[in-house]
Amino acid sequence: MGGTSEKMINVTVKVWRQRNKNEKGTFETHDMKGVSTDMSFLEMFDVLNERLINEGKDPVAFDHDCREGICGMCSMYINGRPHGPKNAVTTCQLHMRSFSDGDTIVVEPWRSSAFPVVKDLVVERAAFDRIIAAGGFVSVNTGNAKDANNILIPKPEADEAFNAAACIGCGACVAACKNGSAMLFVSAKVSQLALLPQGKVEAQKRVLDMVHQMDIEGFGNCTNTGACEAECPKGISLENIARMNREYVFASANEKK
Amino acid sequence: MSNSGFLKSSIGKKVIMGATGLFLITFLVVHCFINMLIFFNDGGETFNKGAEFMGTNWLIRATEIILFVGLILHVVQALVLTLENRKARPVPYAKVNGAANSSWYSRSMGLLGTLILMFLIIHLRHFWVESRFTDHIAHNEYEKLAGQETMYREMLEVFENPIVVLVYVLAMISLAYHLLHGFQSVFQTLGLNHRKYTPLIKKAGIVFSIVISVLFASMPIAMHFGFVK
Repeated sequence: MGGTSEKMINVTVKVWRQRNKNEKGTFETHDMKGVSTDMSFLEMFDVLNERLINEGKDPVAFDHDCREGICGMCSMYINGRPHGPKNAVTTCQLHMRSFSDGDTIVVEPWRSSAFPVVKDLVVERAAFDRIIAAGGFVSVNTGNAKDANNILIPKPEADEAFNAAACIGCGACVAACKNGSAMLFVSAKVSQLALLPQGKVEAQKRVLDMVHQMDIEGFGNCTNTGACEAECPKGISLENIARMNREYVFASANEKK
Repeated sequence: MSNSGFLKSSIGKKVIMGATGLFLITFLVVHCFINMLIFFNDGGETFNKGAEFMGTNWLIRATEIILFVGLILHVVQALVLTLENRKARPVPYAKVNGAANSSWYSRSMGLLGTLILMFLIIHLRHFWVESRFTDHIAHNEYEKLAGQETMYREMLEVFENPIVVLVYVLAMISLAYHLLHGFQSVFQTLGLNHRKYTPLIKKAGIVFSIVISVLFASMPIAMHFGFVK
């Protein structure tokens, strides 16, 4: 790693500090000198935290797990955009080479009433779990594993469902949306199952229950700005929201109650 | 969930926004076609006939009531949604880079809509109130012979004032941007998103937004500068 393209830059990090859910937070400014452009954004935070620990101060709390762009934990709103200035990457896949010497970088947690701040940059995304629990599954009889390809699925459908299933539930769509809407997430989860024969059986109940739970959680309403799609690190398409709208309208009309 | 559940759901609410929006778009088309009769430049003879028909035909008058219901629904629903959306983000971001992910007009539908509503109040006062609730404008040949104003002459009078013309033109710019987002948004809301047709819908939306706004704006301009007499 490294090579000839590596540079050392100085940046100023303005980071949100908040002790807990109930206390009011504030910005804290740190000068970061000699940051390698080969560092990932989270590694830059690791360096900052080592320094804070050495100084006997409280390190900045932030969520991270896989650091390879697939777990969806690293929720940082960087310079006015979820996951920072690059498209189709998570914060852990963002590198300091995307910034210039002398930059001031503002880092905030996701802002949504449905994602309360736990500490600093850590938000609780249990609302997403509750939406999944409301219907984001296929009911099956457990027992012996079924043969693969028991049900034949055409490649285009399989691809479409897979694209929807690429959602890692990071919440960038909610963070990016000016209305704090979770429709891109919910629509991806509705679509990945609705597109497949196994999921079609419960499709109507699923969309009703998941949208109902989404509304209970206090997410905002979609106004089709497309900000979610543009900021999604996994490129989840707005087509999924249209599919969910469609499914929801038909499911509501079909309801027997 | 029952049917009332649908209307209270986030998707139900946006379907109402989209459906009423689409209905208002069809109104714009009708309104624009009738108004374009002024371009016959025949002293308003053809236009007045059109205006009289719109003012007296019972079917049109009944549709007018539905139109107002649609408009009120669109406005009230927008207010409800805006308030809900504010609640969804109680602590705002310190720094937002909206331009990186969406168009300014898609994020400013509320503001653009408010501007259009303000214009609408002025516009209704200028023409609708005059024709429906005063004896100022003639409704038939007899009243015309008795020397009452026609809708056409009313337009000429109103558009003598350059400030009025400016207000109308600015309002049509707001309308153009409102439609730029609104037109294609309706299809997405109603679940009509298709890789083959959506690009066409988006292009049609751009053409429609610009053409209809330019046509509307050209009317006060043409009358003010005497292109139409």
